[in-house]
Amino acid sequence: MDVQIALMLAQDGLTNGAIYALLALALVLVFAVTRVIFIPQGEFVAYGALTLAMLQGGSMPATAWLLAGMGALVALIDGATALRNGQTQKLAGVLGWNVGYPLGLVALLTLLPVKDLPLVAQVVLALAVVVPMGPLLYRLVFQPIASAPVLILLIVSVAVHVAMVGMGLLFFGAEGQRTPAFSDANFEVGPLMVSGQTVWVLMASLVLILALYQFFERTLYGKALRATAINRNGARLMGISPALAGKLTFFVAALIGALSGVLIAPITTIYYDTGFLIGLKGFVAAIIGGLASYPLAAVGAVLVGLLESFSSFWASAFKDVIVFTLIIPVLMWRSLTTRHVEEEE
Amino acid sequence: MNEVKNPVLQIDKLCVSYGKVEALSNASITVGEGQIVTVIGPNGAGKTTMLSAIMGVLGSAGRVSFDGTIEAVPEVERMVARGMNLVPEKRELFGEMSIEDNLVLGAFQRYRMGHRDQARTMDEVFELFPRLKERRTQLAGTLSGGERQMLAVGRALMAKPRLLMLDEPSLGLAPLIVREIFRIVAELRRRGVSILLVEQNARAALQVADYAYVLETGQIAMQGPAHTLADDPRVIEAYLGLGGKHQAMLST
Ligand SMILES: Nc1ncnc2c1ncn2[C@@H]1O[C@H](COP(=O)(O)OP(=O)(O)OP(=O)(O)O)[C@@H](O)[C@H]1O
Ligand SMILES: [Mg+2]
Repeated sequence: MDVQIALMLAQDGLTNGAIYALLALALVLVFAVTRVIFIPQGEFVAYGALTLAMLQGGSMPATAWLLAGMGALVALIDGATALRNGQTQKLAGVLGWNVGYPLGLVALLTLLPVKDLPLVAQVVLALAVVVPMGPLLYRLVFQPIASAPVLILLIVSVAVHVAMVGMGLLFFGAEGQRTPAFSDANFEVGPLMVSGQTVWVLMASLVLILALYQFFERTLYGKALRATAINRNGARLMGISPALAGKLTFFVAALIGALSGVLIAPITTIYYDTGFLIGLKGFVAAIIGGLASYPLAAVGAVLVGLLESFSSFWASAFKDVIVFTLIIPVLMWRSLTTRHVEEEE
Repeated sequence: MNEVKNPVLQIDKLCVSYGKVEALSNASITVGEGQIVTVIGPNGAGKTTMLSAIMGVLGSAGRVSFDGTIEAVPEVERMVARGMNLVPEKRELFGEMSIEDNLVLGAFQRYRMGHRDQARTMDEVFELFPRLKERRTQLAGTLSGGERQMLAVGRALMAKPRLLMLDEPSLGLAPLIVREIFRIVAELRRRGVSILLVEQNARAALQVADYAYVLETGQIAMQGPAHTLADDPRVIEAYLGLGGKHQAMLST
């Protein structure tokens, strides 16, 4: 292997690593706030990418109907609850967000010449379809069992993953999709050709990570999520309801997932079930951070990305095996070095 | 009965059970506007249980009416939004966050409802607890016991509550700080906050309070104006002890 190949592999590894880092951050966040190990994180990647592809193909993305369906269900449940408690003033909000928004979006997608819009607008529309599914998913599936043990939450999480992959096949078909690059520019850095898309992915990940940092350090809602992760009972007494924190967390996770999908769709072909493998690599990174440390998870993600790209050069058939085997020594090292802390209730 | 013109909190026949064991049975208490009402009683009497049920942390049967509106089943977030606040026995601070962040989060519900006066409220809290101001960037988890107590009370005050419920605010504090805490409780009443105070330090609590209840094995055993109860021989025997005057001195 000469320097040029090594640099190329490193570039690949970094690009993928940036995406894994984003997903790892989302997984750590979701686990810290809600104790859910969010297996379907990867599905949001696939949904984001494939919804964008459908929009560009000029058809109505089936995910929009899924959104409408989920919204209708939530409206039914929350509306009935509001009526039963005599909180009629809540009804307008419940119906507006859960029924009005999806239908408005569908109308918008029908009316607009989506196919011919600039790429930015298409991306925004794809996000507008996929991201709200995060909070809706929390409301429908995880909020009713919010206080269940971690194992139950994990099992439900796996079920949601399977269901979302199945629906993905139904919505998008078995064909893979690749979307056009954000920019066709190529940069020559020394002996290396860097594609515009790589720069996009790296910059976008960096910006997103910084934005998340600002969100958690500076805004009250960000602090509220951290507070919930630190002390759930204390947060409740401040009026930060676990349901609100959960929905907000799932919103952020879905945003990260869908955005990652949109970013990598020009680099890799995305199938309806590609998300799982990508999410799983983010998961390995999150485990390296002990599902608790954001910086360690990010470092782990870059490590996973590099390991993956270099092993694809030497032993391409085994690249996933190598990446996932990495988790064993990491877990052993963690279990030896971390002192077991009793969970305080 | 605690006869008051404007009751802030009225609970009626409140019952709580843990599984089959009833920890609180048919407790009825009233807190009037601007009153300090104290609940004293031995360990395991159900005091903490009662506060948790009023706040909605625990499910309960019975009736809780706050500010004139009846809550069949209180729900924490709604109670906070309506101006009720609990400083729990375990304090439940956000250990890995700074004093300032803890305080700001105390105003979360007010912020959500559109109020943007957190900075001013925080100044008021710092006025009451200058110690917190000195250490505003320190992590809550590294504070001393007394400082944690101050932070817990300060955080609750950030919500500008109409009713503040304190669960043993003097727990584990040095006598001088206990006196300070009770001074602040009295000061809060002067500012128009109604207070429901649960205390082991019966002497100090009876001295500062207007009305008092004695809770024993989940039931209200005695009640009356605080100074009357303080002279009741049964209370003296069980909770104040004979001749122990030093506590009273500390609480003045
Ligand atoms: N989660 C629980 N499960 C079962 N029993 C409980 C639980 N919490 C409290 N109890 C029991 O209920 C009774 C009342 O407890 P509570 O904490 O309300 O007492 P307390 O009056 O606050 O006592 P202290 O003065 O020691 O704080 C006790 O016997 C306690 O053991
Ligand atoms: Mg107690």
